[in-house]
Amino acid sequence: MTTSVIPAPTRPWVASTKDRLFDIGIFALALVVDLLLVAVTPMKGKLAYVFVFAIAYVTLSALRQFIVRGSASAKDAFVSSLVAFGAFVTLLPILSIFVTVIEKGSKGIHLGLFTHDMSMATPTDPLSNGGLLHAITGTLTLVALALIMSVPIGILTALYLTEIQGRFTRPIRFLVQAMSGVPSIVAGLFILSAVLYPIAKNYSGFMGSLALTILMIPTIARTSEEVLRLIPNDLREAGTALGGTQWRTVAMIVLPAARSGLVTAMILGVARIAGETAPILLLTGGGDKVNGNAFNGPIGSLPYYIWKSFNAGSPESITRAWAGLLVLLILVLVFFTIARFLGSRKVAK
Amino acid sequence: MTDSTESENEKMDTTIKPSSLGDVASSVTRRAPGTMAMGRGLEARGIHAWFGKNHVLSDITLDFAAGTVTALIGPSGCGKSTFIRTMNRMHEFIPGTAMAGEVLLDGRDVYAQGVDVTKIRLQIGMVFQKPNPFPSMTIGQNVLSGLKLAQLKVANKDDLMEECLERAGLWNEVKDRLNAHGGSLSGGQQQRLCIARALAVRPQVLLMDEPCSALDPGSTLRIEETIRHLSDSMTIIIVTHNMQQAARVSDYTAFFLSDNGPGQMIECAPTSEIFSRPRDKRTENYVTGRFG
Repeated sequence: MTTSVIPAPTRPWVASTKDRLFDIGIFALALVVDLLLVAVTPMKGKLAYVFVFAIAYVTLSALRQFIVRGSASAKDAFVSSLVAFGAFVTLLPILSIFVTVIEKGSKGIHLGLFTHDMSMATPTDPLSNGGLLHAITGTLTLVALALIMSVPIGILTALYLTEIQGRFTRPIRFLVQAMSGVPSIVAGLFILSAVLYPIAKNYSGFMGSLALTILMIPTIARTSEEVLRLIPNDLREAGTALGGTQWRTVAMIVLPAARSGLVTAMILGVARIAGETAPILLLTGGGDKVNGNAFNGPIGSLPYYIWKSFNAGSPESITRAWAGLLVLLILVLVFFTIARFLGSRKVAK
Repeated sequence: MTDSTESENEKMDTTIKPSSLGDVASSVTRRAPGTMAMGRGLEARGIHAWFGKNHVLSDITLDFAAGTVTALIGPSGCGKSTFIRTMNRMHEFIPGTAMAGEVLLDGRDVYAQGVDVTKIRLQIGMVFQKPNPFPSMTIGQNVLSGLKLAQLKVANKDDLMEECLERAGLWNEVKDRLNAHGGSLSGGQQQRLCIARALAVRPQVLLMDEPCSALDPGSTLRIEETIRHLSDSMTIIIVTHNMQQAARVSDYTAFFLSDNGPGQMIECAPTSEIFSRPRDKRTENYVTGRFG
């Protein structure tokens, strides 16, 4: 047997140093053009820099490809740099929100925030007085109650749409889609006029949760439906062929196989409602004291606290509002992170 | 096992020919300890099937004597899979389907009014074309899943698990990792796991819908060995596109064909006859590879 010489592994498709230098050159050139244009023309401001740079970069990289490789490559370079810019523009407002909230909110963050409520303080007091405890516990209570009510309804709806596929599948799917477009104030007013005034006659966390449930069901039902649809029909057939009834097959095989996706659906539902403000203002009555009873009396929540603090108008109260925003943002972010984590964890195939 | 072309329908009532009686007798003596009696086998009487308005299967009458392996061969789309799915009432799982005819298990029509369809599927098990172990369960749980699905009680689960995996020819490969997920097995092992899962509810009949079409030759060989072992204790019907496989594993072979119309059974005979001296020209053309 002859011994073969093993060549050194190479990657001929990777950009060469010269190409990289050219890329950097184009980038720098676009930057220079950008600065010059903004300096000499009446266009001013941060946004002008961003857009002029984008146009300059897109044009220059397309031009370079046109010179080196011809028009097909130029079009390719044009579109790919345009797509990259589009993605950047999408990120811009999100990043901007994050930066602003962190910058302004961090001034109002202190440990007392998580151990005190506002029952002994007014929004215009110094920042060290009072805290967010009532708002954080309130929001968690509202979300937990809404979760308890909307998860069974949402998942059962999804099961009807994917497993039963009865006569009402189409109208129900249509209604669920339409429901996800219902403005939150409508859900709030509905509960106010249909439940709070005629029956409950008092603000409570439960009233708020009812409105949040209305908003949450479509999110959970639609996401769960998508997830359940991804479960291969093979598994349903296998369960049925082993002598399982439809219910046993769904409960033992379909739902466990979709478990991580269903958890994601729940958390997306939570993220949908955690920052919801309009129904909360109408139904929960606010309150500055920690209220452990969700079924009686006003209950605080983060959106309500933010709204109230902004309205108070003093520099301290506005900083409080920003701190509340930061806490809310972190809360939603935590939910999303959990959702991504659980959603990306693959069940063994 | 009775050969049946359409003209022979009259003779069909004798159900079991002397030759197949011999099979039953010998298989009873060879039956693995602890397995159930095989019963009289399965008889299909004038089966038709429709998908919506599309008539896909016409007047199939076939007997499957207990303890025999019958291969169904024929080109794609001739209704073989549909036919075996009418046997355990999986045909009705697809919306918009219809059927006509009778399927007799131990002489009782599985489509009779008041029959519990889940009980039928316990007696007539099925292995699918694509291995489909349940993803949320371990290997051990997969084997016993049929018991849980049908809410059956069993005295010793570990013994049953071992027995089923042993009969499916998988025990030695998985006995040390029964708690691993079914998805961690290779394709061929997954398919044998699916066979073990089907065996755990002790069916009299096992339907196999191209069980080896997604597998490599080595795994196919293992499954064919498994089929030969299982035929000692149950009736097996296997759909296959692989004619060598039909020749290797089956006692009887039925040839299906659809001539731009619903699928029909052209002929059914002992496997050696189908491959050596088929009565119908079309069968001969198919088994010699001249079409299909």
